Amino acid sequence: MSEREKTVRTRRTFLKGSVAALGGAAATPALAGQLPDPAITEVQPWRRRLGPGVDASPYGLPSPFESHVQRRNVPWLTAETRSSINFTPLHQLDGTITPNGLCFERHHSGVAEIDPSRHRLMINGLVEQPLVFTLDDIRRFPRENRIYFMECTANGGMEWRGPQMNGVQFTHGMIHNVMYTGVPLRLILQEAGIRPNASWLLAEGGDAAAMTRTLPLEKALDDCMVAFAQNGEALRAENGYPLRLLVPGWEGNMWIKWLRRLELGDKPWMQREETSKYTDLMPDGTARRFTWVMDAKSVITSPSPQAPITHGRGPLVITGLAWSGHGIITRVDVTLDGGRNWIEARIDGPRLPKSLHRFYLEIDWDGRPMLLQSRAIDETGYVQPTMKALRAIRGENSVYHNNGIQTWHVRKNGEVENVEVS
Amino acid sequence: MSRFHNLLAVALVLVPLPAGAGKLGLGRPALPAEIRAWDRDVRPDGQGLPDGKGSVAQGEEIYQERCAACHGDFGEGVGRWPALAGGQDSLTDDRPLKTVGSYWPYLSTVWDYVNRAMPYGDAATLSADETYALVAYILYLNDIVTEEDFVLTRENLPSIQLPNRPGFRDDDRPQAEYPLFRDHCTKDCKADVRILRRAENPDLTPK
Ligand code: HEC
Repeated sequence: MSEREKTVRTRRTFLKGSVAALGGAAATPALAGQLPDPAITEVQPWRRRLGPGVDASPYGLPSPFESHVQRRNVPWLTAETRSSINFTPLHQLDGTITPNGLCFERHHSGVAEIDPSRHRLMINGLVEQPLVFTLDDIRRFPRENRIYFMECTANGGMEWRGPQMNGVQFTHGMIHNVMYTGVPLRLILQEAGIRPNASWLLAEGGDAAAMTRTLPLEKALDDCMVAFAQNGEALRAENGYPLRLLVPGWEGNMWIKWLRRLELGDKPWMQREETSKYTDLMPDGTARRFTWVMDAKSVITSPSPQAPITHGRGPLVITGLAWSGHGIITRVDVTLDGGRNWIEARIDGPRLPKSLHRFYLEIDWDGRPMLLQSRAIDETGYVQPTMKALRAIRGENSVYHNNGIQTWHVRKNGEVENVEVS
Repeated sequence: MSRFHNLLAVALVLVPLPAGAGKLGLGRPALPAEIRAWDRDVRPDGQGLPDGKGSVAQGEEIYQERCAACHGDFGEGVGRWPALAGGQDSLTDDRPLKTVGSYWPYLSTVWDYVNRAMPYGDAATLSADETYALVAYILYLNDIVTEEDFVLTRENLPSIQLPNRPGFRDDDRPQAEYPLFRDHCTKDCKADVRILRRAENPDLTPK
């Protein structure tokens, strides 16, 4: 059909439809003057013609209408993209699982593109027998499937001194939550035989930064894993293909990607990422180190500055995410009035320890401005603090571990801005 | 049931490994040459440092050629590239500058990191001697050593104290914060609510 034919046809269908609508108007006065919806009355192209066949897209991609759902980088933050970070579009996602292609990225020397046939995992240091494993060897260990959040310690770092970024993607998007398949780290270490004097573990990546972190052996033997799959398929290169260390509930930087070596020792190594970085400067000029756990946190993902209310007053779904490095979230409260009164939100979906929880609060919005906040409480009884409470202790020179309560100001017209309230 | 089926059933029963079993016998011994190739990490007590040495003057030459384009002639950092020097006594300022001289607690970390990850984009190319020389030069840029003929070696590195060595303490959130963060008032929690600050600069958020 030519463009012209289409227009004519459309016009005729349209006119016919209008007549029909007018005819029906007498019966239902409420609909008087309303035109029928061409999305219904017109035959849409996809209703008529055959679509692409199987294999048109051997590795499926989202609908082209979703192509705006993307990880985004903040160019002014870093000198260049290979030592940089981008952000998960939390405002466009629902449920608790992050699609693999939308997991935020943080690289220190770009994405290592590793040929798995030339990847090895070495264990050395205070072990009875230093060992080397191929990926095939790793797949012969008993496996586990676990869903964990992974949050960059600097998530929210730009907001320490006050609201800066108008978008939950940028204020909270350094987080993802996927199901990993892998091997308990304990089993791999036991294979080499842990010497009694070993108390620390150094993990090292195979990228151009050879990223390293030290962790206490106790954690390594508890719930750490060496993963090779995320959401059922091989890890993405951006997320550490072919092997990544999981350190559940602890800062993202410790989850060494492209994992190639584990060394046991009797003292921490004091690597760059646990001294120069990932330490927390306090107002007195001293710094906290080894601040590994990610404390309880939550945020409303919609409405939010990138996801304004476009439907006017009436039923409104307020939704967001909550998580804690200490375990499960027992409760999430939401306030509409900047923290004067709180309502318990409904957590729906899996409630797993050290994993994202999805919450909802359905309201009948009367169109008045709102100051929206959410507040997570975890299984230890820890209550997510306000920014003010955090600053009272940590001052304003912190970068990491900002788990303060976020405020969104919803205007009458449904637009949303990032604010801080008294 | 056929004899074949019987055999299969027996085999299936025997194969599963008991939970908590000992070693599986996976992997192979790592060779000393392989461990030497990958185990390059250095600890504050000097464990892991290889033989070698380098002077401030030698370091300056290598630094100008391979580091200054990003980190600046004086370690001040070009544009957004990190600064390696300066910021002494700035840790309580409004805008503290954290560098090797002002913030880093251990010199071993500088050796380890430069040798491991720098120069950015051409990692794993510095020899031990070059790394000692570069670290000596970074000390010089931070006025921690002052003579150009100062030589950094495997022997003297662990004894050199960086100024901010006492500036760190272990995570005290469990004592200093967790007991304070337990209140979850739900009704009339505050008298009045005002907007104090807003994300006002539209240029910060990508379009
Ligand atoms: C092309 C630019 C570039 C060059 C050349 C370069 N660096 Fe770097 N350097 C970086 C970047 C980027 C980082 C931060 C990397 C990251 O994301 O972790 C860095 C980090 C560092 C740090 C840690 C800074 C801190 O405060 O944590 C040191 C020390 C360092 N470089 C030393 C060197 C030395 C010595 C050389 C020369 C041998 C060198 N660099 C060459 C870009 C460069």
